[in-house]
Amino acid sequence: MIEIFFFAHLQEVMGKQKLSAPLANQCVADVKKWLMIEYPLMSLAQVMSAVNEEFATDDTIVKEGDTIAFIPPISGG
Amino acid sequence: MQHNKFEIVDEAIDVEQMRQKVMSRNAGALTLFIGTVREMTKSKKTLSLQYEAYAPMAVKMFEQIEQEILVKWPDVLLAITHRVGHLAISDIAVVIAVSSPHRKVAYEANEFAIERIKQIVPIWKKEYWEDGTAWIGDQLENIPYPQGKPKREEE
Repeated sequence: MIEIFFFAHLQEVMGKQKLSAPLANQCVADVKKWLMIEYPLMSLAQVMSAVNEEFATDDTIVKEGDTIAFIPPISGG
Repeated sequence: MQHNKFEIVDEAIDVEQMRQKVMSRNAGALTLFIGTVREMTKSKKTLSLQYEAYAPMAVKMFEQIEQEILVKWPDVLLAITHRVGHLAISDIAVVIAVSSPHRKVAYEANEFAIERIKQIVPIWKKEYWEDGTAWIGDQLENIPYPQGKPKREEE
């Protein structure tokens, strides 16, 4: 299992902050595809991701127990 | 009491404590950047803001900014605290404290820090207006880049 975190508008679309899913050993792009099929309102194509709190790319592999977070465009400061 | 240099907090930020975090006998200059909640953005009136952070990653990104600063300006001390939750107009959202032996570096490193925060630190703000709400962050212009590609932003 992996843990998936959502923030800002993505969290409002999901209605929750996190989700566990059986997606170990898949790449970030595959996790995005799975989410957009399971949750058709999710739009992740342009959204950055982080694996274990480090920025990741679409080909980063998510391993068992990892945390993946989707990082919509940020607006801190 | 342990004062961490990099924090996400859900209560008011103590500016004097931020100053103390970077105080040093080697410091000849200390800059404090205080980011506050603005009421008017162009003609749109903000009633309040809500900030949200991916806190553990945000702290890691603050630490990365510190590393970048130390490469450019080795003598600098840095502390950053960003507040999350619901904020009213004029509330303090972020404080960046920088000290250095000399003035110019204290200004430059502080500005570098806020620019990088806006590029790589996972924090989001939701604006509450009279006629609605929205999470801020333009998909085309405000995507965070790990390597810090400059971006345009009104401000």
